[in-house]
Amino acid sequence: MSLAFDEYGRPFIILREQERKSRVKGIEAVKASIMAAKTVARTLRSSLGPKGMDKMLQSPDGDVTITNDGATILEMMEVENQIGKLMVELSKSQDHEIGDGTTGVVVLAGALLEHAESLLDMGMHPLRIAEGYEMACKVATENLDKIKTRFEFSRDDIEPLVKTCMTTLSSKVVGRLKLQMAEICVKAVLAVADLERRDVNLDLIKVEGKVGGKMEDTRLVEGIVIDKEFSHPQMPKELSDVKVAILTCPFEPPKPKTKHKVDIDTVEKFEALRDAERTYFTDMVQRCKDSGAQLVICQWGFDDEANHLLMHQDLPAVRWVGGVEIELLAMATGARIVPRFEELSQDKLGFAGSVKEVGFGTTKDKMLVIEGCPNLKAVTIFVRGGNRMVLDEIKRSLHDAICVARNLVRDNAIVYGGGAAEISCALAVEEEADKVTGVEHYAMRAFSDALQAVPLALAENSGLPPIESLTAVKKRQLEESNPYLGIDCNDVGTNDMRAQNVFETVIGKKQQLFLATQVCKMILKIDDVIKPSEFE
Amino acid sequence: MSQQSGILQQGATEERGENARMASFVGAVAVADLVKSTLGPKGMDKILQSMGRGQEVTITNDGATILKSIYVDNPAAKVLVDISKVQDDEVGDGTTSVVVFAGELLREAEQLVNQKVHPMTIIAGYREACDCARSVLESISFNHQADPVLFRADLLNIAKTTLSSKILTVDKEHFANLAVDAILRLKGSGNLEAIHVIKKTGGTLQESFLDEGFILDKKIGVGQPKRIEDARILVANTPMDTDKIKIYGARVRVDSMAKVADIEAAEKEKMRAKVRKIIDHGINCFINRQLIYNLPEEMFADAGVMAIEHADFDGIERLALVLGGEIVSTFDDPETVKLGRCKMIEEIMIGEDRLIHFSGVALGEACTIVLRGASTHILDEAERSLHDALCVLKETVADARVVFGGGWPEIRMAKAVEELASRTPGKKAMAMEAFARALRALPTTICDNAGLDSAEIVANLKAAHGADADSRMGVDVVRGEAGDMAELGIYESFRVRQQVLLSGTEASEIILRVDDIIKCAPRRRG
Repeated sequence: MSLAFDEYGRPFIILREQERKSRVKGIEAVKASIMAAKTVARTLRSSLGPKGMDKMLQSPDGDVTITNDGATILEMMEVENQIGKLMVELSKSQDHEIGDGTTGVVVLAGALLEHAESLLDMGMHPLRIAEGYEMACKVATENLDKIKTRFEFSRDDIEPLVKTCMTTLSSKVVGRLKLQMAEICVKAVLAVADLERRDVNLDLIKVEGKVGGKMEDTRLVEGIVIDKEFSHPQMPKELSDVKVAILTCPFEPPKPKTKHKVDIDTVEKFEALRDAERTYFTDMVQRCKDSGAQLVICQWGFDDEANHLLMHQDLPAVRWVGGVEIELLAMATGARIVPRFEELSQDKLGFAGSVKEVGFGTTKDKMLVIEGCPNLKAVTIFVRGGNRMVLDEIKRSLHDAICVARNLVRDNAIVYGGGAAEISCALAVEEEADKVTGVEHYAMRAFSDALQAVPLALAENSGLPPIESLTAVKKRQLEESNPYLGIDCNDVGTNDMRAQNVFETVIGKKQQLFLATQVCKMILKIDDVIKPSEFE
Repeated sequence: MSQQSGILQQGATEERGENARMASFVGAVAVADLVKSTLGPKGMDKILQSMGRGQEVTITNDGATILKSIYVDNPAAKVLVDISKVQDDEVGDGTTSVVVFAGELLREAEQLVNQKVHPMTIIAGYREACDCARSVLESISFNHQADPVLFRADLLNIAKTTLSSKILTVDKEHFANLAVDAILRLKGSGNLEAIHVIKKTGGTLQESFLDEGFILDKKIGVGQPKRIEDARILVANTPMDTDKIKIYGARVRVDSMAKVADIEAAEKEKMRAKVRKIIDHGINCFINRQLIYNLPEEMFADAGVMAIEHADFDGIERLALVLGGEIVSTFDDPETVKLGRCKMIEEIMIGEDRLIHFSGVALGEACTIVLRGASTHILDEAERSLHDALCVLKETVADARVVFGGGWPEIRMAKAVEELASRTPGKKAMAMEAFARALRALPTTICDNAGLDSAEIVANLKAAHGADADSRMGVDVVRGEAGDMAELGIYESFRVRQQVLLSGTEASEIILRVDDIIKCAPRRRG
């Protein structure tokens, strides 16, 4: 650490506990950051594409997760390095914004930084590199707008949407059943989509899973599945055409929020209280009954006595239903959430076509399936899978596919996948670079090279000779000026991605480019890293 | 070799590529080898000693139980443990087979990887082979559900096959009959809750019996009738010790001793009133989930009502189900409460314990199996074995398809997969051949565990099936040669075999797909 000295040779103390802090400065700092970012990107590189491999992650508590979803891997890796954390954030924001392409964005950012490193060695200023990247990014996104195509679908013609979802799913563990899963996702999204406003509320799609059975048993429930059972073992297990009351008050004696005491000092008072208690329970149940409800769903617990009274009055009830589920149920059945028994009335009830308790396997696990609600807009995807790890991975894959379908509903512009869009952009950037003089020229060329890292990784993961396949495709794109040529990962025999039906959304691709460039710029701008000493 | 990358948290490790794959192969194969020796009718048992206080000992050869109890640190091994657990939950049997099969698939895959076959290619081959094997399995299964006599014989054979690998093998005839009777009583409802298993030490396994009523491991209150005919039973869940006032914050505050006495009297009166209300239901037996104190117990005795306290939650639900009554918590409305009924309640002796026996119950499905045995270890293992048998039978009743056992389906599937491999171009074919070898490893293991010449027998089986497409030859462990499975009566449930095939392939696929293992630093425990 460099120190300043006064005229007597004593060091100036500028930072608190200066001697105990580690500090990296200048070009060294940039290089150290690049190193860290590259390491993270390298881990993810082999997960890219339809033949990408999975990662096995063991959490601090020993639980095992197996996934090839970039965002999940990074999140669970517990990256300590600050720059590494930036990459994690990068993947996360892609996940939040688009929901897919989380691996691609990290690989791209890693490649950009890798090429920046060699430019730094040439003596270029980091900020000039960043500026060059910005210009190149602009060119690339413009190119995306040029090569994008619109693709049409409607509620009746879901085929194009299904195909897109299949592309996303083909790289996941559900690859074997991608058609079935893609259809489920698309139907779920279209069920909740508002095609007029081009909006999809993903909160209305619930993905619920239960270990066991086959993946093939996964299905779409046009209603809601909750992991609960009826409160009393002897309530009917199947109901049809019921009026539903949704309550957020417990079937228990009242508990005022203010501190209070009820003093009993005479026998009369004791008996009065006893009677009050009894009538309280009967009143509660009677109120529910009087409102015409045929099913009570409650957020809280029931007292034994109240529970029996409900049973006795033929009022099936479900207790301890979580807040999110309560809201979903309210939306689906059209019921109002009632916080007090006094406010319960007929017009606040909802309706459900059928309510069923379903059991699984040899264990006593039970779930409630609520279907036929007037507001069809809430759906549940009910996932089955061989074990917990597969189940979690299926859920993640479905989430990705749902996001893709949603993005298409929002904006139906697409580009072709398999690296086709990247190669096309790389060519466009290269062409543009030749028109620019100055340092940016090199930066733009580096950007173009970095773009090609994605198809390169795709080819490598698919077991193809990476350089040969990439250059062959590039050459054909140049000669035929056909932006639909990509890497043939699945060994189908054609490089034309239109024939293979591999596409991605334009928003997703653009987002990848923007985010990767931004993070790059941010990392390149760091020239001083000051770290506090480790905790003793 | 694991490396510290400097990016991850301290103490975290990352393994990549070949190393990662090696680590998962080694872990998974080790777990498979661990349970391998328990497979088949001559499989050996394991002793498991718990780490907790008392160092309890379990002796078992149930794959799921073994794997549940061991502590594994290898992530790939955890996948296999998980798969056996799920097999247990889903179909109840085949927990060892599925682990051994997945282990064999991975062992074969390891060799293929060494021959420079890409894991994804292996997976593609395995998937196609699995589809092929599954369709073969479906085509060779048979269904006797239409004929009750044949169906019962099938069930009996399946039960015997399942039990033959367990401790109950000596009395398998007896227990198979027991299990089949119990399952057939359910009349296809598949509700295993109605079958109650009670373990009582003493006697021999042979003395275990199926009771057509319901047996509750509880005692009847003092001075109350020990035998009731035509019982009207109230099943309740209500406090019968002190019936507290539940309104929050209520407390007793008095200023004189006399008032305390008054309130105590009032409390007692409240309890008396409650008991009177209960008796007003016109019952002669009262069963409560919670405690019954002396005062109400005495009142019940006076009224000639049998009172049984502290039947735990499962017990009470099962009782309510069996007796056809509702579980009651309020007693103001005697007319509308549905009472449980049964022909007779009496106290019976098993060994030196007194139990309560309900016979002639409303729900004819219910029954109780009483297990007798020399020690708790034997009883525990017997219960696990019986549970396996019951689960398999239940699955078979639901899906009546049946296949032969003794490695017969595996040999048939292996043959079909090999034929498929010979028609398939490319490296996938190698994976398919490997799949066939892994299938054949199951009968091989059965032979090995029985101390037989596995290579000879499996080769003979292969030849027999090659010569005759409809051959019914499988491993005859008793005589140590290839034998006709139909004559020997070795049957297995189709569901179990299918689940073994699918789960095993799925598990090996997951492990094969991994090329990077990241272990986070273990959480520090304070």
